[in-house]
Amino acid sequence: MNASRYNGAGRRRDPGFIRRTWAMIVKEFVQMRRDRMTFATMLIVPIMQLVLFGYAINTDPKHLPAVVLVRDSGPLTRAVLASLKNTDYFEFKQEVHDPEEMDKMIRSGAVQFAIEIPASFERDVRRGNRPSILVIADATDPVATGSAISALEGIIDSALKRELRGPDEAVTKSVAPFEVRLQRRYNPEGITQYNIVPGLLGVVLTMTMMMFTALAVTREIERGTMESLLAMPIRPVEIMIGKIAPFVLVGFVQMTIILGAAHLLFGVPILGSVPLLIALATLFAAANLAIGYTFSTVATNQLQAVQMTFFFFLPNILLSGFMFPYRGMPLWAQAIGEVLPLTHFLRIVRGITLKGSGFGDMQIDVLALTLFMVAAMALALFRFRKTLD
Amino acid sequence: MKEIAIDVDGLTKSFGGRAVVKDLTLKVPKGEIFGFLGPNGSGKTTTIRMLCGLLTPDSGHGTCLGYDILTEADKIKRDVGYMTQRFSLYTDLSIRENLEFVARVYGVPKPREAATEAIHRLGLEGRAGQLAGELSGGWKQRLALGACILPSPRLLLLDEPTAGVDPKARREFWEEIHRLAADGITVLVSTHYMDEAERCHELAYIAFGELLARGTAHDVVAQSRLSTWIVTGSDLQPLAEELHRRDGIDMVAPFGNELHVSGRDKRALDKAIAAAKKADGSHRWKRGEPSLEDVFILLMDQAKDNFA
Repeated sequence: MNASRYNGAGRRRDPGFIRRTWAMIVKEFVQMRRDRMTFATMLIVPIMQLVLFGYAINTDPKHLPAVVLVRDSGPLTRAVLASLKNTDYFEFKQEVHDPEEMDKMIRSGAVQFAIEIPASFERDVRRGNRPSILVIADATDPVATGSAISALEGIIDSALKRELRGPDEAVTKSVAPFEVRLQRRYNPEGITQYNIVPGLLGVVLTMTMMMFTALAVTREIERGTMESLLAMPIRPVEIMIGKIAPFVLVGFVQMTIILGAAHLLFGVPILGSVPLLIALATLFAAANLAIGYTFSTVATNQLQAVQMTFFFFLPNILLSGFMFPYRGMPLWAQAIGEVLPLTHFLRIVRGITLKGSGFGDMQIDVLALTLFMVAAMALALFRFRKTLD
Repeated sequence: MKEIAIDVDGLTKSFGGRAVVKDLTLKVPKGEIFGFLGPNGSGKTTTIRMLCGLLTPDSGHGTCLGYDILTEADKIKRDVGYMTQRFSLYTDLSIRENLEFVARVYGVPKPREAATEAIHRLGLEGRAGQLAGELSGGWKQRLALGACILPSPRLLLLDEPTAGVDPKARREFWEEIHRLAADGITVLVSTHYMDEAERCHELAYIAFGELLARGTAHDVVAQSRLSTWIVTGSDLQPLAEELHRRDGIDMVAPFGNELHVSGRDKRALDKAIAAAKKADGSHRWKRGEPSLEDVFILLMDQAKDNFA
C-alpha cells in the first residue's frame, strides 16, 4: 500500500549545518518583513536621526541672547555694542535700566549674558581712568559660554581702537584703556559635573520611567490578561492611574538617591529649595510615565513599545541641552527641544541646584511639564481600547 | 414564564469584511446550563465577547441580565463572570494575590477573607502562595473558574473552559457547574466535547457564524432526522472510502473499531447499506442511534457546502 509515504526519517537525510541555519535565516527575514514597525526602525529612522542631529548639534553656539544695561550713551558705547553684535556670538534681546531686572533675566535663563556699561564710561576712557565693563555669564554650562567669553576681550579692544582716533589714539597705545570684568555666575569654576550631574537626574528619570509604563498595556495584551481585565468592572482611567502611581514612588526613590549622590560624590550644590526640586522632579517623573503609558496604548507589542521609547529618548538627550548647548542649535531644533519634557526639566533642575531659582523663575517650565502630563494622559485614554474590536 | 438571562436578536459581527457571526438570535433562561457548540472559528468566542461587552456588534440588539448589551456594558460586567479560552489571570501573581485582585476590582467586601474562602472552596489551601503560572492545566482552569465566581456573578460565560483538561478534572468541573446552576446562576459554556454537550440543559450549534440547531441534546438528534448504521470488523478504512461514494450515504465516521454510516434520508440510506452489505460480507452490520457528534458533523458538512 502507500505506507511507504510515511516512513519519515528513512527518506530524509541530515540537512547539515548550512541548510538548518539557512532555514532559520529565511524564517527571520519573513518575520522581519511582517513587522512593519521594525522595518521602519531599520531604514527610515537612522536616516532621519542622522539628518536631524547632524544639522542640529553645534558645540560652538553663536547668537547667544544677551541683555545690556547701558548707563552711558556716547558713541563709544554704541561702538562697543555694535562690535559685540558683529562677533555673531551675542544677540541683544533687550536693553534694561535696572540691575535687578538684569539679574532676574539671567537667573531665569532668559539670557545667557548680561553686559553692563558703566556711567561716564566714555569720559573715563578718554581720561585714561580705565573704567571696567561688567560681563555676567550664565556659566551653568561651561561649554555653551566658553567660546563667546574667549571672543570677548579682543573684540571690545578692536572696537575701541576704531573709535579712538586722532588725539585719543595715544590712550590705546599704552595699556588697555579699560577693563572687562567677567563674572561667571552659578558655576564660577566651570566645573562640568555641576552641569552634567543634575542633568543626569533628568536623563535617568526619563529613561527608566518611560520604560516602566511603555510596557504596561502591551504586556497585558501579549500575556492575554487584558481580555480578563476588560471584562471586569474597571474603567480605563482607573487602570491608567493604577499603573502609573506605583512608579511615581519608584521615581521618587530614584531621584532621592541621585540627588544625594550628586551632592555627596560630586559636590553639586543645591542652592534652591530641596522640597521644590523634589516636587517638580516628581511632576517630571509623572509626565514621563504618562508618555510611556501613551506609547503602550499605541504599540501593538512590547518590542514596538521599547522602540518607541528609544526614539523618544534619543532627541531628549541630544536636543534638550543635556549633551550639547541648547542655544547652539538652529531655531527649528530649539523648537523641537521645546516640546521635549527633558528640556524643561533641565532648566528646572539646573536652576534650582545651581542658581537657587524659585518657583517664580520657572513657571513656564512647570506649566510645560504639566501640559505634557495632561496631554499624554488624555491621549492615552483616547487611545485605550475598552473593547477588543 | 421563566426569567430570561440572555436575550439577543440579530447579532452580527464582521472582522475585515468577513462575517464571523451572522444574525444570531439567542434566548437563555435563568438558571440554565446552555451549551454553545460549533467548530473552530464558528463565532462562539465572538458571540460570548459581544454578550459581555468586549466586542460591539455591527448590528443587532439585546439584553444580558436585563441590561442592554450596547449601552450598559458597565453594568453587565459587574454581574458576569467571563472565563476566557486562554488562561488570563496573572501568571506572575500567586493564587491568593490573583483572587484578592479580582475581589478588590469587583468591590467584594473584605477581599482578603473572600480570597481565603475561595481558596478553601477550590481545595487549594496548601498552594495559596504558589504562582498561578506554575499550576498545571487542570488547576489553572479551577483557579480561573474560582476567580470568575468569587464576585458572585449572576451569569457565567465560559469559553471552552475544559480544553486540554484531563477527564477527572473535567467531571469535577461539570459537577461544580451543575451546583452553580442549581443556585440560580445561568451558565453559557462553549465546548467541543460531546459528553459535555450532553450535560447541558440546552444546546445551540453554530457554524460559520450561523445558528444551525438548538434544543436539548435529544431534540437536536431528533430534529436532524438522521439515521445511522454501525459497521464493525477489520480493515475499515477501504470500506469507508467505498461507502462514501454511494448515494444515500451522507457521512461515514470511524469510531475506534466501528464505522458510523449515516444519512438524512432513511430509505435511501437503507438501500445503499443493503447494496453495500451484499458486496461486502466480511463485516457485521447493525442499525444504530445517531450520536450528537454524528449530528454535529453532518450539520457542519452541510454548512460548509452552503458557505465555504
